[in-house]
Amino acid sequence: MTNRPLPGAAPPPGPSAQPASREGGPDGAQPGVAAPPAPRQGGSGPAKGASPAPVRTAARPGRRGGGGRKSPLARGGWTPWLYLAPALVVIGGLLVYPVYQLGLISFLEYTQAQVSGGEPATFQGFGNYATLFGDPQFWQVLLATVLFAGACVVSTLAVGCALAVLLTRVRAVPRLALMMAALGAWATPAVTGSTVWLLLFDPDFGPVNRILGLGDHSWTYGRYSAFALVLLEVVWCSFPFVMVTVYAGIRAVPAEVLEAASLDGASQWRIWRSVLAPMLRPILVVVTIQSVIWDFKVFTQIYVMTGGGGIAGQNLVLNVYAYQKAFASSQYSLGSAIGVVMLLILLAVTLVYLRLIRRQGEEL
Amino acid sequence: MSSASPVKTEGFVRDFARRSVQRPWRLAAEASALLIAAVVAFPLYWMVLSAFKPAGEIESTEPRPWTLDPTVDSFRRVFGQQEFGRYFLNSLIVAVTVVAVSALIAFLAATAVTRFRFRFRTTLLIMFLIAQMVPVEALTIPLFFQMRDLGQLNTLGALILPHIAFSLPFAIWMLRGFVKAVPEALEEAAYIDGASRTRFLWQILFPLVFPGLVATSVFSFISAWNDFLFAKSFIISDTSQSTLPMALLVFYKPDDPDWGGVMAASTVMTIPVLIFFVLVQRRLVSGLGGAVKD
Repeated sequence: MTNRPLPGAAPPPGPSAQPASREGGPDGAQPGVAAPPAPRQGGSGPAKGASPAPVRTAARPGRRGGGGRKSPLARGGWTPWLYLAPALVVIGGLLVYPVYQLGLISFLEYTQAQVSGGEPATFQGFGNYATLFGDPQFWQVLLATVLFAGACVVSTLAVGCALAVLLTRVRAVPRLALMMAALGAWATPAVTGSTVWLLLFDPDFGPVNRILGLGDHSWTYGRYSAFALVLLEVVWCSFPFVMVTVYAGIRAVPAEVLEAASLDGASQWRIWRSVLAPMLRPILVVVTIQSVIWDFKVFTQIYVMTGGGGIAGQNLVLNVYAYQKAFASSQYSLGSAIGVVMLLILLAVTLVYLRLIRRQGEEL
Repeated sequence: MSSASPVKTEGFVRDFARRSVQRPWRLAAEASALLIAAVVAFPLYWMVLSAFKPAGEIESTEPRPWTLDPTVDSFRRVFGQQEFGRYFLNSLIVAVTVVAVSALIAFLAATAVTRFRFRFRTTLLIMFLIAQMVPVEALTIPLFFQMRDLGQLNTLGALILPHIAFSLPFAIWMLRGFVKAVPEALEEAAYIDGASRTRFLWQILFPLVFPGLVATSVFSFISAWNDFLFAKSFIISDTSQSTLPMALLVFYKPDDPDWGGVMAASTVMTIPVLIFFVLVQRRLVSGLGGAVKD
């Protein structure tokens, strides 16, 4: 096997390896036209894409981007942009524009008065940020968010990977049982998951305290035990993604490699650490980053399980904090500033992720 | 998408498992797998159980993991609550619309980025990746004003529109693998046979990618179905436009929750997602492998 460890993890016959079919010669040179559609559309320049839909200034021969590289892909002139248009419009209007607005509001004075139109919004510069950064509660919440998300990520990954390995060691029935249970947990909506876990750990009626003999110990009262409870729920509903993905990855590792390792006398742990983990690196990177992003943004669980951020806000995380600032106390600009901070942190994570992908030499 | 390639590998892995792990170890592994499955499934079991327990048994300090006289009282209470059916329908409308629209849009976009090479292609892909990371929750504030300006507050549109936008980047990213997997020879053959590009797109590519679309849809379905924050923030005064998560919390009053009602409503809310999951389970697993891998 080459250094691309996972060809053919999915049934679709190894897309990554696939372009070969169209490699080589003439395509690249043929202006504009996709590869062999030539017979039908070849000749007449503008007629090329015409049959489909609207007017298209089809296939500008000279367009760049097709590149001389060994690209097997077609250069479709305007066609790709036509296909992309709906997506770009929707994402632009409902994602990019709100991000811009978020940034804008965070620089304005924006409270109930401005919302109702009573007063004009005034520019504050970095005033909101200064207020925010001067508030010790913000730093406390930020720290709690980072630690909480970190704990969630580590536990989710550990549980997910361990169970993925376990799945490869057992026969069909236990594997199916575990898979089904995990899918069930995965499918459970965050709101219902939160309420169910609250009932399980309810001091009066919950089975967990009975089993553990904790009497009427309240899990949501203490700061750490409340975070721990939320953490358990978050791990419960997010490990399945990791488990299923890593399992799919392990299945795709060529058996000879594993066999060779075990013939050489490597222990299970050693095989995981020295063979599987490096081969699964791309997958592990994805699930790690995905988990970081999800766990950093936990909202519903905290909101429902700790009643909107816990006693005196002891269980606030950034997301809930921003929500409370904006919608509970109408400080929309402060809420937006918190949102911007979150956005920047996640953007940094994303950039790290991109670098990691790039280093692996993945082609996008 | 029949699972052609992994069969062999899977066989190998199983072989490997059989040969290298000694019997007692494998039995231990299987026992713990079953045990863990039971632990993982326990919350769901407890949810359904509590939904069927009579009120007296739920609010008992001696919770028992079974019930001798199941009742549908809690469900009756849930559906008796004003307009629960309506909330259910609302949730369904939102989720189905989001899934259908975003699947179509994502299919077109994924085709564009996998089947064509054009300027800014890589840039676009990176943009989609970054867009996927944007914390939806952080945008609640600007979206609130945007929905107000669009006159969508208190309507289902306020839930549908943002969810379409937020599910797109991930859907596009994940669909790429499925679109790529359709052999290009097929495309060539179609053109040689005189199919137009549109025809190829809808009559050949679309059916082939459809299983992948379904798998991808799970994610948009879940995010729309589970949405709590937008429902809470955008549907403020018109409760007839509310969705299930909000309805569920009617029963959950922090000081004195009606556990039977909460669990019954939770059960009702979880079942559609579970069905969806079980249906697409296999494609989901392979789809994730594909999406992640390439």
